[in-house]
Amino acid sequence: GEKLVLSELLRPIRPKSTLSSVKKELTRVKQKKAVELPLSKEEAKRVVREAAYVRTSKDVGKWQQVVLQNRRAEQLVFPLKQEIATVVPLEQVASAWKARTPLEQEIFGLLHKTQQPITDPLLTPEETASLQAMSLEEARQRRAELQKARVVQSYYEAKARREKKIKSKKYHRVLKKSKRRKALKEFELLHKSDPEAALARLEELEQLRMQERMSLKHQNKGKWARSRAIMAKYDLEARKAMQEQLAKNKELMQKVRVELPEEEPGDVPEEDLTSVTVPTIPAGASGANPWMLGKPSGPAEEPEVQEGLGDVAVPGAAESKEEMEEEEEEVSEEEALLQDFAQKRHARQQRAGGPEGQGEELAAPGGADEMEAVSELRGDSPIHAVCAEEPASLGTEQPPQAQEEILLSEQLGRARTMEDGEALASEERVEEQEKPAAARAEERVRQQEEGRAGDRRAKKPPAKKKIISLQAVLAGKCQEVQCPSLPVVVEEEEGGVDQRGVITEAFAGDDVVADFRREKRKAEQAGKPQPVNLVLPGWGEWGGTGLKPSAKKIKRFLLKPPPAPPRKDQHLPHVIVSEQRNIHAAAHQVSELPFPFERHQQFEQSIRTPVGPTWNTQRAFQKLTAPRVVTRA
Amino acid sequence: WVSNVCVTLTAVPRNYDPALHPFEVPREYTRALNATKLERVFAKPFLSSLDGHRDGVNCMAKHPKSLSTVLSGACDGEVKIWNLTKRQCIHTIQAHEGFVRGMCARFCGTSFFTVGDDKTVKQWKMESPEYGEEEEPIHTILGKTVYTGIDHHWKEAVFATCGHQVDIWDEQRTSPMCSLTWGFDSISSVKFNPIETYLLGSCASDRNIVLYDMRKSTPLKKVILNMRTNTLCWNPMEAFIFTAANEDYNLYTFDMRFLESPVTVHMDHVSAVLDVDYSPTGKEFVSASFDKSVRIFPVDKGHSREVYHTKRMQHVITVKWTSDSKYILCGSDEMNIRLWKANASEKLGVLAPREKAAMNYNQKLKEKFQYHPQIRRIAQHRHLPKSIFCQIKEQRIMREARRRKELNRRKHSKPGSMPFVSERKKHIVAVVK
Repeated sequence: GEKLVLSELLRPIRPKSTLSSVKKELTRVKQKKAVELPLSKEEAKRVVREAAYVRTSKDVGKWQQVVLQNRRAEQLVFPLKQEIATVVPLEQVASAWKARTPLEQEIFGLLHKTQQPITDPLLTPEETASLQAMSLEEARQRRAELQKARVVQSYYEAKARREKKIKSKKYHRVLKKSKRRKALKEFELLHKSDPEAALARLEELEQLRMQERMSLKHQNKGKWARSRAIMAKYDLEARKAMQEQLAKNKELMQKVRVELPEEEPGDVPEEDLTSVTVPTIPAGASGANPWMLGKPSGPAEEPEVQEGLGDVAVPGAAESKEEMEEEEEEVSEEEALLQDFAQKRHARQQRAGGPEGQGEELAAPGGADEMEAVSELRGDSPIHAVCAEEPASLGTEQPPQAQEEILLSEQLGRARTMEDGEALASEERVEEQEKPAAARAEERVRQQEEGRAGDRRAKKPPAKKKIISLQAVLAGKCQEVQCPSLPVVVEEEEGGVDQRGVITEAFAGDDVVADFRREKRKAEQAGKPQPVNLVLPGWGEWGGTGLKPSAKKIKRFLLKPPPAPPRKDQHLPHVIVSEQRNIHAAAHQVSELPFPFERHQQFEQSIRTPVGPTWNTQRAFQKLTAPRVVTRA
Repeated sequence: WVSNVCVTLTAVPRNYDPALHPFEVPREYTRALNATKLERVFAKPFLSSLDGHRDGVNCMAKHPKSLSTVLSGACDGEVKIWNLTKRQCIHTIQAHEGFVRGMCARFCGTSFFTVGDDKTVKQWKMESPEYGEEEEPIHTILGKTVYTGIDHHWKEAVFATCGHQVDIWDEQRTSPMCSLTWGFDSISSVKFNPIETYLLGSCASDRNIVLYDMRKSTPLKKVILNMRTNTLCWNPMEAFIFTAANEDYNLYTFDMRFLESPVTVHMDHVSAVLDVDYSPTGKEFVSASFDKSVRIFPVDKGHSREVYHTKRMQHVITVKWTSDSKYILCGSDEMNIRLWKANASEKLGVLAPREKAAMNYNQKLKEKFQYHPQIRRIAQHRHLPKSIFCQIKEQRIMREARRRKELNRRKHSKPGSMPFVSERKKHIVAVVK
């Protein structure tokens, strides 16, 4: 019935330790995979090479940005790293040198004994100390100033202490109020001068208000409030305080910023308090639903409202206000005094320092200018770098070999003088003409290959060439495209009436022939020489408004040009022959768009802008003619 | 503007109203034309020739610290140290038996290394020996094979030689730190990258250019070109760009990260290009050719901007662009070293500010009107000796014929079966990883 497994038979009845270990070994051997054959030596080397190449080219590629930057740079100045000539201090140079001869040793011994200086700043310690010390007069002035400042400070401190001791709540209230008013005034000013900042400040206040509301400080839950509530039955004052508190709470609900209760001052800095008071009750907000009130109706109105409220809240504050104002004035006077001192001292220092101080002052704006200039430069240069589209190809992109021409025209003759150069200019060069012809032929062949329709194309007149003429550039406008393709009236020999009918039907709207005639007439008109008007009013007769030069004078000074030579297309009704191209001028004009330029307008623009000092300021001239590479040995 | 010569002249404010200064373009055109003509008139690039060698000049080295010092090694094993300001030889050493194959100065400028046909590498002091002292190298390393080139690390006391393999040596040791090989062929030149100083480039006579990394002591990649590359030179301003001077009359500028095709093919020489050196600005390089001329190429242009030759200059074997970017030195077969101006019409010496301004202005004008045919014609005119001229013509005809043939082939074959191959790709045989 059951199948026997060989291993079971092999297994002894009682497992023996030796056999089991052998079995384990067996299984382990089975599980182990065979080691792969090592790569051949060649292969291994190749792998190493490839890895190294990848790494090295990556390392080298780190220079890409630098290289591009250098290639694009408007100007490169070599050496790129200017070596700064460092001045080695005399001590370092002299340190190696030692007194050897007895005379030298003696001299140095003497010098050391008397503490005479040996190295560069040839001053004894006493001298340097005396130099560093101040002059007597200066010291006196300084002391006087210090005394005065100290006195003023003590006055100020005493006054502050006195004020601090004042217990009158009314006084403090008035003080606070005046501060509030000041803050308001400031806010108003700020609003006028910088509305955005004012808005920001308003927002800040709003934030503060929200915080205050969240804290629920002015409910009747606090310790103080509860004690007041108990007292309220008996004490009129306490009741009043309670009421005040509640009123404050209400105000708070009405989106009014209320100062903290006076019983717990000092928690919040005073500035905060003052600023807290600044905002904003909408005009008729007293009874309305506080939640429904939106933002302040207008920042311009609020200060008045606030003031009004304040006035109502604190009756009879007028006198104390005056007092406060006086005090404030005093304070400001002290401050002004201090400032005055500082200024005076500064001025005196300048006078004493003489040219140095002034130099500093002068230098400061100069420095600022420089900084500006630098920043300008910094601002400019990247733009330049970006804008400057170089003719030279950048980066790894390769210059089109096809576009390139031979840079030199090498000849057997030597041109030694100016005359030779001129003679050269008048020479005709045959090879140059040959080359484009060959190129054209090649092009034609390629066209043939590309499509079988190439036959027709090959017969087609060579592609229109835009002629960039010096004249056109001079005139400041582009020459119109000369269209060599002529309108040809289509005539079908075999077509008969049907075809013609179709054509006439198709071109029913536009009369091509008439158009062409008109165009030709226009060209003829344009080609006619114009009379030159040399009439000057007022010469030899009365001139002025409403007066015209006499007919006689006009007749005399209106120069009629000699009639133009007959047009070449005089007897050719279907042809316009443009005679604008001047062969003699064409020899001096660029006939093909040069390589880096993409449109002829670009090229004309580049020619039209003058670079010379006749047309540019000195600075612009220097900038325009700055060489690309400057080398300094 | 106020004259700084005469104090009595006061500033006269100038009215820049364009209506008052009409015809700006024609006037500037005339100025540009005159500037171009004058440039050609004053184009006298040849300064002097340093003669003294008794055999062809095979290699040169610049002094890294002194602008006026240059070293040259000749085919008879003689090394000369020149003072360029005096145009004199200040020191002569009989360094090797047979050719001085390569030489390089140490970065500090205190000593220099030479390798020669006598299988030795020698280190020499830059100063001439004291009176009575014998002329002896500081170190001599005896190798097993001939070394064909040497270059020194730009910052460390390490140099590299090439021959059957590229060896990297520590200056203190007599055996190389490591030897780099890839294939078996003689390597003609090895150059350290001046920016990423652990990088090396070498060119071997089995037509390939190999890059090495010194840190890993492993070769990186190999490009095989159609013909042998004689030398290469790294761009001193752009770490990944190098230019190779090839036997097929062209120079190839490669980006080492993209070796599949060169960035630019520079073609104008009519014989093998033997040496190339970059200007320290990294914008141009100069090449020396077997066709007895020296040409200056802008890095991004396919054709040269300048060609220098003289009647007596033979095959130019080595060329260097001086470190102040002003002069070019070329050593040729007929034992002379010639000093040229890098800018043919440049005025030497101190320029007054007004002169400088005028020069800048003229330069700008030439640049502005360079596309106008008359100006271009004058600016491009160069005289060439008959041999080169004829060869150029011949080669133009050959190129034209080849092109025509290809065109005809294309015309008569199935469309698409003959793809267009760009000039850049044409000369690359393979890139080996």
